[in-house]
Amino acid sequence: MYLLNRNQRHRVNYTWMIVSLLLVASLPFLLFLGLYLKSFLLIHDYNLSDLLFSKEWKPGIGKFGFFPFIVGSIWVTLLAMLLSAPICLLTAIYVTHYTKKRFLRIMHPAIDILAGIPSVVYGVWGILVIIPFISHYLGPFFGVNTLGYSILAAALVLSIMIIPFILNILIEVFQAVPIELEEAALSLGATQWQTVKHVVIKKSLPGIIAAFGFGLARAFGETMAVLMVVGNVVKLPKSVFDPGYTLPALIANNYGEMLSIPRYDSALMFAALILLAVSLFFNLIMHFFIARYNKY
Amino acid sequence: MKRSRKIEEAIFKVLMVFSTYFILLILALIIYSIFEKGIKAISWEMISQIPSGGYYYGKGGGILNAILGSLSLAFGATFLAFIIGLPVALYMNVFLVQKKKLVGVIRFILDLVWGIPSIVYGAFGFSMMIFLGIQTSLLAGMLTVTLFILPIMIRSMDEILRTIPVGLMEASYSLGSNKSEVAFKIFTRQSFSGIITAILLSFGRAIGDAASVLFTAGYTDNLPNSLMEPVATLPLSIFFQLASPVPEVQNRAYASALILTLIILIVSLFSRGLGKRYHKTKINF
Repeated sequence: MYLLNRNQRHRVNYTWMIVSLLLVASLPFLLFLGLYLKSFLLIHDYNLSDLLFSKEWKPGIGKFGFFPFIVGSIWVTLLAMLLSAPICLLTAIYVTHYTKKRFLRIMHPAIDILAGIPSVVYGVWGILVIIPFISHYLGPFFGVNTLGYSILAAALVLSIMIIPFILNILIEVFQAVPIELEEAALSLGATQWQTVKHVVIKKSLPGIIAAFGFGLARAFGETMAVLMVVGNVVKLPKSVFDPGYTLPALIANNYGEMLSIPRYDSALMFAALILLAVSLFFNLIMHFFIARYNKY
Repeated sequence: MKRSRKIEEAIFKVLMVFSTYFILLILALIIYSIFEKGIKAISWEMISQIPSGGYYYGKGGGILNAILGSLSLAFGATFLAFIIGLPVALYMNVFLVQKKKLVGVIRFILDLVWGIPSIVYGAFGFSMMIFLGIQTSLLAGMLTVTLFILPIMIRSMDEILRTIPVGLMEASYSLGSNKSEVAFKIFTRQSFSGIITAILLSFGRAIGDAASVLFTAGYTDNLPNSLMEPVATLPLSIFFQLASPVPEVQNRAYASALILTLIILIVSLFSRGLGKRYHKTKINF
């Protein structure tokens, strides 16, 4: 029935497993090494702090200053977090402590669908709804003349995109709070809200911070949706209604022409390297944060 | 004092209800606006034809090239990720079941890799292509997307596999099976519905991601016919059509977005339905 006997099959399966595992485990190092080697030319020729903090981006004459892109990315990410964090926190408390279990069964598919919508579709939605909203209502309301393509538009779209991501972690965090703790608080006469405020949130604070950290890392690397609504203008944004440019958008926008200008491909790979480093750094810190907290 | 407490609770409760329904409302709004715009522009021609000569100036044709391209790319990538992912997930939960620390480290690495943005995979894939001397092609796109969905695939299978009780493994050992038999014959069957869910989840990610195929898969108006040729993908076709100044082409972008959203919704519906169906081979504890 089989070509090989049991022990031979075991050996084959075992080798297959080990090879796959080694491939997967080496992935982050491979990514880092690959991008580092490609951006080596740029890092070698330029001063690292010049690259990161210079405002001049003129690839044609060999000036690569990533500062506008880094600032744009930080603006968009922080603004998105600022909008998204309170909504996620309130919703997570509501669905875990104020509603029946049945409600979570409606909420979970909704979160899954929100998480499953591709980022291009979010971008399309941003152009259809958010851009006109900003240019027709929000801009005039604040007395700003804007086309809509702005830091704010990107942040709004992004804040919706990271909701399912943060919300899932928060719901898990709140469900992990021991029920005895809450019962103890309630039996001492605390109201539901006091219990949430003084017991649940206090107990799960590290988890909440970690959820926001993961969300931040996710938002920082988001490409297509942001690229479609942020405006893509290389300049330091002065207000949220200004158009901006983010690091992922820089990479995605220039892939076509990068081979025609010297060092340009190196520069884009350097941008990818920054993204990789930021993502790994944030995730590492958050993981250690959770690990330490779980010990006590 | 007591009154202010009550007011505080009432205010926060209103805020909580508001933000919960706000999220549901936003979801409904997204689905509605994609459908509303897309349904007007969609036609049989769009899904059954490839772009004709002046397609990007508003003339006839469709996006069959992108639909088929996306499907073949996503199928290929999901298949490859499954071939690599399943043994890793099984290895972690059968062979390393006693080495909690090592499994912890592997899970940690996988979570790190999961968090890396897809554009970084795209850039990495591109640099690998130049290194190996491959052109933009279906193969290159497929391999890049495979790397991108690998951690998703493994971690979701792992989450199911780790819930299998040790007793099942011990019972199989006591009947004389070896480790790989326990892994591939017992554990895969016990977690079958979970594995299906993991595959469909990865498929959904693979078909919806644009940033990782932007550099690697290229774009073409032809149907995919070889691994070594460039291939069109749905997310990119939406992106390119939307960038056009011609209103008809923009409308087609909305229709394409509707098609992509429908595919994603169908996949997620399937994963819910199938997960419930395949419980027959599962032993209940």
